[in-house]
Amino acid sequence: MRFERREHRPVALVIATPLIAIAAALAIAGVLIAIAGAPVLEAYWRILVGAFGSRLSATETLTRATPLILTGLAAAVAFRARLWNIGAEGQLYLGAIAAAWAGSHLFGSWPSIVQIPLLLLFGAVAGMILLLVPLWLRLRFSVDEVVTTLLLNFVAVLFVSMLIDTVLKDPTAFGWPQSQSVSDAAMLPKLLARSRLHLGLVIAIVLAFVLAFVQSRTVFGMQSRAAGINPQGAAFAGVPLGRTLVAVACISGGLAGLAGAVEVMGVQGYVTTNLSPGYGYSGIVVAMLANLSPLGVVLAGLFTATMFVGADGMSRSLGIPSYIADVIVALSLLSMLVAVFFTQYGIRR
Amino acid sequence: MSAILDILASAGLWAAVLRIATPLILGTLGALLCERSGVLNLGIEGIMTFGAMIGWLAVYNGADLWTGFLLAALAGGVFGLLHAGLTVTLGLSQHVAGLGVTLFAASFSYYVFRLAVPVAGTPPTIIPFQPISIPGLSDLPVLGPAFFAQTPPTYLAILLALVLAYVLFRTPLGLAIRMTGENPHAAEAQGINPMVVRYGAVIVGSALMGMAGAFLTLAAFNSFFPTMVQGRGWICIALVVFASWRPERALLGALLFAFFDGFQLRLQTALGGTVPYQLFLMIPYILSIAALAIMARRARVPQALMQPYRRGER
Repeated sequence: MRFERREHRPVALVIATPLIAIAAALAIAGVLIAIAGAPVLEAYWRILVGAFGSRLSATETLTRATPLILTGLAAAVAFRARLWNIGAEGQLYLGAIAAAWAGSHLFGSWPSIVQIPLLLLFGAVAGMILLLVPLWLRLRFSVDEVVTTLLLNFVAVLFVSMLIDTVLKDPTAFGWPQSQSVSDAAMLPKLLARSRLHLGLVIAIVLAFVLAFVQSRTVFGMQSRAAGINPQGAAFAGVPLGRTLVAVACISGGLAGLAGAVEVMGVQGYVTTNLSPGYGYSGIVVAMLANLSPLGVVLAGLFTATMFVGADGMSRSLGIPSYIADVIVALSLLSMLVAVFFTQYGIRR
Repeated sequence: MSAILDILASAGLWAAVLRIATPLILGTLGALLCERSGVLNLGIEGIMTFGAMIGWLAVYNGADLWTGFLLAALAGGVFGLLHAGLTVTLGLSQHVAGLGVTLFAASFSYYVFRLAVPVAGTPPTIIPFQPISIPGLSDLPVLGPAFFAQTPPTYLAILLALVLAYVLFRTPLGLAIRMTGENPHAAEAQGINPMVVRYGAVIVGSALMGMAGAFLTLAAFNSFFPTMVQGRGWICIALVVFASWRPERALLGALLFAFFDGFQLRLQTALGGTVPYQLFLMIPYILSIAALAIMARRARVPQALMQPYRRGER
């Protein structure tokens, strides 16, 4: 048995790939649920109900999807250019603290219309800077960025932890390490009353469309893709590799930083060290599930958020550890990798 | 200044250095073996977590410590098989497959742990490996407690580093592994099956990662908690570069690294809260990044690292 590259890829197969992958992941996770002694189909039904069964849960799922879409876009845009940015988690935290600092110390009294864009910009720039460091190490010293971006996650979270313990500590928080809050004017408008759903979702979806346009219709989009597929060939064809990678890093780190700023300005208004339950890492899965397509990221972000929010409800009613959500998401990534492989290769005996 | 000297002269520091280094030695050897055959294994963080969990769970359920340690190695090997299936047979991106393995192994560990051990106020504990004093030698000042009063897995880790160095550079098997990592086509021309070599290296390497995790729960601590691996796996990946893919340097690198880690912990106590503790906690990660930047250029990377091998395809 051996694998052979397919001459052409059937469109139906490419579209069905993520669905097949998710079905496979749910089937394997089903075995784990069955081993735990719970009815599998009911468990999945409970996940759906937990994620969409009420107005509250549905808006909660959408709120949870927002940072996942942004970190998913951050990973997708970088991976397409083979820039392995695994540091979205750290970039998110740095973006969050930058927005919180700008909102509490610099522009706190400014009107919403100026303050909100400024804070978002601060968040994005902070994320960018954190990714430019490993990119510089790669271009200058040829250090593989996978490990450096990963390690910087720990550095960034510790740095934020230090700031909210010292100079940015909220003195009114009863000794808890949390940053000072941004002013009410800095909070993103709610999309629906009596819910946590905020404008961030719209920002994330709009950015997905913008990115889809940039990647398919602009010279930069073409260059970043070429840099990923065949760096030598691209350089030979006149693509400025270094500059393209810097631009890709700015977009990727910027999106991850933005995710942090949006989380602060949309949800709680201040930063703690449990602001993100691993959104940066889940963003990698989201990007892979979407096969690195920006619009696919929106759907994949929604799927992942559904699992995380739904699993909480399922966990409470059936007594299955809610870690099953992380298991399903990780299995989706692995099965998606395999599924994508079989759209590119056929089996020949 | 005298505080620093006091720390350096204390036997506790040097004993701690070997303890801190042990999981790093085992993990680095595992990652190094995989990479020597041409496969980057970013599954390490998750595999270590799973090894820590399985080893602990086995002992908690009545197995003896060595059985737990062995089971952790086996469990690591199984995840190695998964990683090899994805990267060797299918030839998928080693970066992404490895991250997938890490995410799966880590979340699966937490899931199994929660199923097996109901939520409790204080985490349940086991009786871990106890230090074994080597008579005579362990009575030496400073050096004695550091080098001759450690738990058995520490001695095993040091021994394994020497064994791996011997196998890689002094045996035909080692030559086959190194050739596969440099040029699988040439290796095949010599009658070596690169697929088999890579599978073997990734499975054995991952078993070492499983042991690295088991050391944490069976010797360094006595309970399992999520996120206990805390980036040690990623530091091992950095240490492989620092060691220029050589086991004996991996041993030294892990010891050096552990020295800084143990030293900063004691310095932190000595300075007594005048400096934010987070600064000290950042040191291991920043050191790793600095080590990468210094060594990345000088190091000779296995030429076929991260390149999938398919027969007849170049």
